[in-house]
Amino acid sequence: MEKIIEVKDLELSFHTFAGEVKAIRGVNFEVFKGETLAIVGESGSGKSVTTKAIMRLLPESSTEFKNGQILFDGKDLLKTSDKDMQKVRGKEISMIFQDPMTSLNPTMPIGKQIMEPLLKHQKLSKEEARRKSIELLSLVGMPQPEQRMKQYPHQFSGGQRQRIVIAVALACNPKLLIADEPTTALDVTIQAQILELMKDLQKKIETSIIFITHDLGVVANVADRVAVMYGGQIVEFGTVDEIFYNPQHPYTWGLLSSMPSLDTTEEKLYAIPGSPPDLLDPPKGDAFALRSEYAMKIDMEEKPPLFKVSDTHYAATWLLHPDAPKVDPPAAIVERMKKFPGSRYYEGSAGGGR
Amino acid sequence: MAKYIIKRVAYMFISLFLIASFTFVLMKLLPGSPLASAEKLSVEQREVIYEKYGLNDPIPVQYVRYMGNLAKGDFGVSFQFKKADVTTLIVSKLKYSMILGAQALVFGTIVGIVLGMIAALKQNTIWDYGSTVIAILGVSIPSFVFAVMLQYVFAVHWEFFDVGLWNSWKSSVLPSIALAMGPIAIAARFIRTEMIEVLSSDYIMLAKAKGASWLEIAFKHAFRNALIPLITVLGPVAAGLLTGSLVVEQIFAIPGIGEQFVKSINSNDFAVIMGTTMFFSVFLIVIILIVDILYGIIDPRIRLSGGGK
Ligand SMILES: Nc1ncnc2c1ncn2[C@@H]1O[C@H](COP(=O)(O)OP(=O)(O)O)[C@@H](O)[C@H]1O
Ligand SMILES: [Mg+2]
Repeated sequence: MEKIIEVKDLELSFHTFAGEVKAIRGVNFEVFKGETLAIVGESGSGKSVTTKAIMRLLPESSTEFKNGQILFDGKDLLKTSDKDMQKVRGKEISMIFQDPMTSLNPTMPIGKQIMEPLLKHQKLSKEEARRKSIELLSLVGMPQPEQRMKQYPHQFSGGQRQRIVIAVALACNPKLLIADEPTTALDVTIQAQILELMKDLQKKIETSIIFITHDLGVVANVADRVAVMYGGQIVEFGTVDEIFYNPQHPYTWGLLSSMPSLDTTEEKLYAIPGSPPDLLDPPKGDAFALRSEYAMKIDMEEKPPLFKVSDTHYAATWLLHPDAPKVDPPAAIVERMKKFPGSRYYEGSAGGGR
Repeated sequence: MAKYIIKRVAYMFISLFLIASFTFVLMKLLPGSPLASAEKLSVEQREVIYEKYGLNDPIPVQYVRYMGNLAKGDFGVSFQFKKADVTTLIVSKLKYSMILGAQALVFGTIVGIVLGMIAALKQNTIWDYGSTVIAILGVSIPSFVFAVMLQYVFAVHWEFFDVGLWNSWKSSVLPSIALAMGPIAIAARFIRTEMIEVLSSDYIMLAKAKGASWLEIAFKHAFRNALIPLITVLGPVAAGLLTGSLVVEQIFAIPGIGEQFVKSINSNDFAVIMGTTMFFSVFLIVIILIVDILYGIIDPRIRLSGGGK
């Protein structure tokens, strides 16, 4: 499969008054043509920073790229000039942000905001850009697009504004669309509508998508593959089924357990104890060890490498080391694993695994 | 919009009525009489004049008569300049003050905006610090100090300009610059703060993500949004110019309304003081109204909701 983008060994810090915030500490992933990769993790795990690094939208004065490459279209985006980045942004890669209430310019008619990338990147005439914008508005499900072109953002609801932002992002048929928690700020019903729209669009256009969320519930609906992020690192990645039905990292177990779902009978929702690591002084070994009941001595001392689970599935936990004691995940996770062929708890028709 | 303006104009008349009444009472409470300095007058002569202008009537009668005349647009006559009609007097002096005020406001705001933009876009560089220093000097030093300094340096020392004479437009340059220092400082500070705030907002991030260049971001997206709050302070700035011009006109011996006002106060010239106060009030209220309307034009969020409320 053709790789659209490849992030290699990305490592970056912010220099702040409090010291060096080691926000991204060695991140690797790739996105293939036409697929949706979800990046999940608690707030503060480095999801937005990773994607802003791709777009080179981090504050230049305080950001230090320490290592790594971001390969897109045969070039390293970290070495691309500002001028050339302007030709990538909005044309090759575009972005949807979390809060539609603040991501549109309040003093510019929305039509103009959609036309902007068309005029800039595709060199359309004003009239062509206008027609294309109206098309885009109806594509994202905006009623009466022609009349609404001249209106200002405050005349639209939150859900409608996110539709407009999506229209802006899709204007130039980008190869990669980054959606950074596009539904988090919306009401539950509107959330569902926007997700539905995104799934719909995914079928119509060939854009690859990086979908960021802290809500695993959303992931099952939209993603092909999932990367789980914690403390500036990717701790596990695999296909949606592998992450949902054969998770290996205790952090992934925690995320899955804290996900509200219909088949849990427990009244109280599980929450992972403790708080995310201090990135000013990140822990030496497994960053999750301090919050994990499965932590071993080695977790405190040495950072676990990525262990291979399958060709598509890797996890960074010492539990996967051949010498590690075999521990059972939480009961609810074991229940999930029973449904997954290839997991050690599989109870399929073939007569069970090991 | 029309409804909104009608409502505002109604409020304007109520404010003016209150200001007129208040000033009238204040004037009557103050000691001294318009003829006190005219020592050459005998007691009899003074009585004749008092009778003629109705100054011997009870104060409520004087008040009703004054307000009635005011409603007809008649400000009375000056005691100081024999029989001069106050309206004519103010209008004849107005030209000079208007030129000064308008020049100071336009020049000051434009220079202030430019300084503020530079400071915000080149944040924490020498440009930023320089513009901040100018802003601090501008707000903390009163305009008459600048007036004296400018007069000394450019008129006395280098003789680029005449000292204290009104010959031509050239005579308005130094006093306008002196008056403009306040607006420069306020506009620069405002635009800097607002630009920095706006530049860190989500929609600027989205504009960048669309591939907008640095210039497009600064001028197409950020500038207009940063300008909105500045408009709200233009009213008070204009008010500051009025009071500033009282003294600056004296320093440059400009025969403007400010100079006239100071003279009238010194000589207790009741009708002129009242007339000038009323004129200043109308001027300010109209400026504030214009500012509010401008605000609505620049900020689309106000434009629609403004009509109803
Ligand atoms: N500009 C910045 N300066 C300093 N620290 C930052 C900056 N942006 C993000 N961070 C820090 O980097 C970490 C990751 O943030 P982020 O990527 O926004 O998390 P999330 O996964 O919720 O999107 C957080 O600890 C955050 O405080
Ligand atoms: Mg985020």
